[in-house]
Amino acid sequence: MDAVKEKITELQGFKLHVIETEKYKTNTFFWKMKAPLTKEDVTKRALLPQVLQSSSAKYTSTPALRSYLDELYGATLFVDLAKKGEYHIMSFTLEIANEKFLSDSTPLLKKGFELLAEILTNPNISGNGFDQETIEKEKRTLKARIHSVFDDKMRYSNVRLLEEMCKNEPYALQVNGEAADVDEITPENLYDYYKRAFLEDEMDLYVIGDVNEEEVKKLAGELLQFEDRTPKKVETHGINKRAEVNEIKEEQDVKQGKLNIGYRTNIVYGDPDYFDLQVFNGIFGGFSHSKLFINVREKASLAYYAASRLESHKGLMMVMSGIDLKNYDQAVRIIHEQMEAMRNGDFTDQEIAQTKAVIQNQMLETLDTSRGLQEILYHNIIAKTDINLKAWLTEMQKTTKEAIMAVAKKIDLDTIYFLTGTEAGD
Amino acid sequence: MEKITFDQVQEELYHEKMANGLNVYILPKKGFNKTYATFTTKYGSVDNTFVPLGKEEYVKVPDGIAHFLEHKLFEKEDGDVFQQFSRQGASANAFTSFTRTAYLFSSTSDVEKNLETLIDFVQEPYFSEKTVEKEKGIIGQEITMYDDNPDWRLYFGLIQNLYQHHPVKIDIAGTIESISHITKDWLYECYNTFYHPSNMLLFIVGPVDPELYMNQVRENQAKKEYKDMPEIKRQFADEPQGAAEKKQVLQMNVQTPKCLVGIKALHVDQTGNEMLKNELTMNVFLDLLFGKSSEHYNQLYNEGLIDETFAYDYTQEQGFGFAMIGGDTSEPDQLAEKLKKMLMEATNSNTFSAEQLERAKRKKIGAFLRAINSPEYIANQFTRYAFNEMNLFDVVPTLEKITLDEVQTLATEVISEERFSVCQVIPKK
Repeated sequence: MDAVKEKITELQGFKLHVIETEKYKTNTFFWKMKAPLTKEDVTKRALLPQVLQSSSAKYTSTPALRSYLDELYGATLFVDLAKKGEYHIMSFTLEIANEKFLSDSTPLLKKGFELLAEILTNPNISGNGFDQETIEKEKRTLKARIHSVFDDKMRYSNVRLLEEMCKNEPYALQVNGEAADVDEITPENLYDYYKRAFLEDEMDLYVIGDVNEEEVKKLAGELLQFEDRTPKKVETHGINKRAEVNEIKEEQDVKQGKLNIGYRTNIVYGDPDYFDLQVFNGIFGGFSHSKLFINVREKASLAYYAASRLESHKGLMMVMSGIDLKNYDQAVRIIHEQMEAMRNGDFTDQEIAQTKAVIQNQMLETLDTSRGLQEILYHNIIAKTDINLKAWLTEMQKTTKEAIMAVAKKIDLDTIYFLTGTEAGD
Repeated sequence: MEKITFDQVQEELYHEKMANGLNVYILPKKGFNKTYATFTTKYGSVDNTFVPLGKEEYVKVPDGIAHFLEHKLFEKEDGDVFQQFSRQGASANAFTSFTRTAYLFSSTSDVEKNLETLIDFVQEPYFSEKTVEKEKGIIGQEITMYDDNPDWRLYFGLIQNLYQHHPVKIDIAGTIESISHITKDWLYECYNTFYHPSNMLLFIVGPVDPELYMNQVRENQAKKEYKDMPEIKRQFADEPQGAAEKKQVLQMNVQTPKCLVGIKALHVDQTGNEMLKNELTMNVFLDLLFGKSSEHYNQLYNEGLIDETFAYDYTQEQGFGFAMIGGDTSEPDQLAEKLKKMLMEATNSNTFSAEQLERAKRKKIGAFLRAINSPEYIANQFTRYAFNEMNLFDVVPTLEKITLDEVQTLATEVISEERFSVCQVIPKK
């Protein structure tokens, strides 16, 4: 635990976070770009990382770029997107072998760093825009990705719950943007957006591995320089409790129904009762000893999975379960009963102790992967907090039964979404 | 206890075979918080026809029973083992594959207690009619969930195309109908036959003292009585070399079609170094042909026939194996034809250059280093390799030795029209 030392330096236009550790056989760079989630920008932000990682000014085609990555002992480069609260985050990850473990001892860290800088700052441009052909290909791929959500019913029902629940809030936007907006993107307007994003986004670089902080700092300072900026902050508005629960049923040709229930926790990362909420979620539905798993699955045999999870920056809790179409009423009733039990304090000291032990374990395990560690540290950037990992665990352990009941009373049921079959049993 | 060192990757492995035949391996990982342990039996969904312990005749058991047994082992007379693990701050899980059933936990505290729980719960079955019936509802929902999953249907559809008789074609979880025949007596019969320590492997990886844990396992096992076990007799029907079906099209509630091309493997009687070499050579071949740096990948991507879901993979076990290539596509027929054509053309000599091979090997070596950052990967893959008499840590030296000739020869042997099959998912009309 104490071994996690995050060394943060303000560099030109971005923050550098270095974690020196001998745990891994590889070194990893995470480049993060954060901006408010908006309808205007979300689709461009979904496309941009794909365009940047497909070629650059130096490696002008995908095979050229990918061949170079292979040559660097299969360095991996990938991009992904996330919604954290009402921010949209683009991530570029480059992982490269530590030559210490290779028979060929050519230094790789610097080469990896240079390649990351190339991808970010030296794109494949023609005229006033990105390479036309690349844009067309990546637009096609992005559309395919947007459409593919429909084919994965577990994801689809979660997306639909959030659309219904957060109607008129930015959070309803999908992380990959909207298919109709893909058509509006041109090589020129995306290039303009690229310049704006690198001018305005809040940017952080995490370097994790058996590295030397001074060396990393020097390389980062040389290779990456951007304008100073003041990151944009999202204004969050309190959401009023619904007068009536929003109940949505959607029919499709499916065998198994997908039940997704959304709650407003009214608590976000950084709030004093955030740790109480973590323990609440653990007792309610986070684990295989939780009330949802025991009562929906083990006792009633209704489902294979029944769980809850938190969206820490937006203040949401989502319950999900796959059930037989005819068991909707029974499943919803059992889930409501578990929430009621939480409010009434119908849980034992043993359940609390067990949950704390499992949360602590989960946290420590997450820190064992460079990606998990980076994600946890990044919470502080999103929430503008400064919670170190030790404090996180200490505060979580302090939670009491009363505090958990207080959290339960703050949680409001908002929307029940059910993806049901066309031949429902009743 | 023997110590084996792997200098290049700087890892140490400790091994001991217990008196009852159980193989135990411990790999210390400094700096990690987590200890991860798997307790695995060489028993999976394909082992459905065998001579039960103490009997003479072969029996055929209901489809899905290995997986059902995996679920039921967690339940004891006094409750659920998940509860006990979480009281000890651990997270536990299990999975069933074609050839293995693995039980596992990971924890960052109370590791000794959790290890004891893992070994004891797997070695002390408690099956009752009542709990067996209750599980049918839960597994029924697991099966229905997979029924709605187009990628799973596509994957299994292709295996069913490739194999005529071999039980690899049977869905690991069985069907709602097949699991309805499972009884507690069937479960005990399978358990007694396949869960003898001599058919199992325990792997522990984490910030641990090997001496201490090896002692613990030794003491735990010494307390239990096991009779020596005769060799397990499994039966598999003869399988022709060619694919059973050329093509299958599934209509589902999807927007984007999917297409996979499969090749039935050829050298499925191999074990040990021969198998390792064959498997890695096949993987290198597929990388050369369809990796992101390849001409083919880029041609298909530029033509809009594939997107980021495109993937390829090679699986080889004793008695079966297959390569699969494909993903989401707007033109499933066109993609299938192109992939087959590319494969056939790769059987011509001089398809690849020495430089390409060198890059492909480097890519694989880097991928191996990345993979062994993960305790889960090490434990699960080491076990799989060991069950096939291979050693996970031989991957890099074996890769380094692969020659262009070997890649070309293997491609020429394996790639043939009669071993191809195609499975597609298309939107329901």
